Amino acid sequence: MGIPLDLLSNAIVAGLLLGGFYAAVTVGISISFGMLDIVNIAHPAFIILGSYVAYIINATTGADPIAAAVVMLPVFYFLGTGIYQVYYAAFERRGQEALRGLAFFFGLLFITEVGLILAFGVDYRYVEARYIGPTWRLGFVDLPLRMLVPCIVSLLMVLGLQLLLAKSFVGRAVQAVAQDQLALQLLAVDPIRIKRMAFGVSIATAALAGAFLIIIQPVEPSVGREYIGRVFAICVLGGMGSLPGAVIAAMLLGVVESFTATFYGPSWAPAVSFGFLLATLAVRPAGILGR
Amino acid sequence: MRPWKFSLLTLAAGAVVFALALAARSDYLFFAGYVVLQFIVLATAWNILGGYCGYVNFGTAAFFAIGTYTTVALHKIGTNSGRYLSGTAGELLQPLFPLSVPTLVILSGVVAGVIGLGMGYLTLRLRGVFFAIATLALAVVLQTLVINWDFVGGSRGAYIIRDEGLAVAGFKLGYIQYLFAIMLLLAAVALSVARLIEGSRLGYGFATIRDDETAAEAAGVPTLRLKLIATTISGAFMGMAGAPYPYYIGYVEPAGTFGLPYAVNSVAMPMIGGTTSWAGPLIGAMLLGSMQQIATVTISSAVNLLLVGVLLVVFVVIAPNGIIGLVLDWRRSRGKP
Repeated sequence: MGIPLDLLSNAIVAGLLLGGFYAAVTVGISISFGMLDIVNIAHPAFIILGSYVAYIINATTGADPIAAAVVMLPVFYFLGTGIYQVYYAAFERRGQEALRGLAFFFGLLFITEVGLILAFGVDYRYVEARYIGPTWRLGFVDLPLRMLVPCIVSLLMVLGLQLLLAKSFVGRAVQAVAQDQLALQLLAVDPIRIKRMAFGVSIATAALAGAFLIIIQPVEPSVGREYIGRVFAICVLGGMGSLPGAVIAAMLLGVVESFTATFYGPSWAPAVSFGFLLATLAVRPAGILGR
Repeated sequence: MRPWKFSLLTLAAGAVVFALALAARSDYLFFAGYVVLQFIVLATAWNILGGYCGYVNFGTAAFFAIGTYTTVALHKIGTNSGRYLSGTAGELLQPLFPLSVPTLVILSGVVAGVIGLGMGYLTLRLRGVFFAIATLALAVVLQTLVINWDFVGGSRGAYIIRDEGLAVAGFKLGYIQYLFAIMLLLAAVALSVARLIEGSRLGYGFATIRDDETAAEAAGVPTLRLKLIATTISGAFMGMAGAPYPYYIGYVEPAGTFGLPYAVNSVAMPMIGGTTSWAGPLIGAMLLGSMQQIATVTISSAVNLLLVGVLLVVFVVIAPNGIIGLVLDWRRSRGKP
């Protein structure tokens, strides 16, 4: 049986575009879970929060959702540092992060979701922007701008973060804190301050990822749950703390999901990421680019 | 207290509760009580893995739904056994249908236990967080499977028509009273098992995993085997708690059955009650369960879910050992002036 070439190439392109967006969704988890060892299972809930913030700003002022998210970055950053402060004082310092820390983030996830339901109901919300709608055509390949714009901005964001981590002092300190806290202290750097900043950055990425999400599809409060399996699958497959690994894994998952949706039907797509996660955990827990 | 004495005591307490509920002559009491009992089973089951071993399971809804959908599938076969069971094997099975609720409970327990074992085998060899994440994703995947599985109604849901009532040993019982009695028995069994584990070699093994898994491994404790035992028992009880649910509610659909409230409640109840003994989940479930029943009637169901989430966060931050821990601390501080 031959698969038509145009269907195949469209599925691949759609998957790559989706993967670019998944990279933005995962980068926060790669920082918090991969580097800081904080299992922030509430991250998808913060992404949905980001979607609603973009929605509110877009609906009231008509501003571009991505620009709105950029304006909101500091707010999310300080939300993140605040959460880390509580997490550190209540769990990390007492060495109880395994059981109770997980329950804490699970509670946050739940509170965010139910809070959004109480405030906005379960209706789907969407945003208005000029690039939602038109599609570029390259030969027989479709490039919907609704997917292309988030994908490009997302890859720029990941690139920026990667440069920040590799070149700046704080970025290197973040990578060092993942390896040896004591050594950092000996260099007169406060590891808690570094972790707080890094966690703030990881939550700030959720503001942008949320804006991308609501550009790509209408959002309701419980959509975030579908992303829990995805982000952790990508993060683990990408090798935990590695941003380039996460981008590759995100593209891979995007393509596989796009193929599943094209050839078996979109209702099966959420199951793909879980199969991915289980297979990764069972076969190669260190990920693609893992050490 | 000996384990068998404890079991007798819980059974006796259950009988008293049932007699009191019958004496009150209120069907509402049975409907509300059923939910509280269901949460006692779920919280106790969660605690066997979460509290004793220290491994967090966020997939309560998934295991619960496994039980529920096992019932839905077997019930559908039972109502039209001639059509679905053909061939020699089918003809041998046919007289067994329709299955009674207790049989369904046991079968659901087996199915959920096996799935728990499989999940555990794939993820428990790694760090504990991977197990937690995998259970979280399990709910999403099983929901996808059920949505795509037309036999049990897909995303449209499935109706289950229950009998008016039935006669047990000469007594005429309403169906809700019958379900209440089953859930009461299940709660008594779950508590007895939890209590039995606590005082046994198995329980001490679990406690070593919770305190320091590497040290336990080094001392020769077969940690993987113990964790798999805990996952299987815990998953089986969650599945059993879900089995009578279709008969209780009358209509099941994926979004409700896989909802986050089950997972949050079964984590919150032991955490709020106290995780290290059988009494913690019991206290937490009775407290939170009754509170939610009252709040659903008086305020709204969304607000009371928010309340559970807030209570969970407040308790893990401020009182890490739950209500039992608070009581113990208070006693200790009074002991030495």
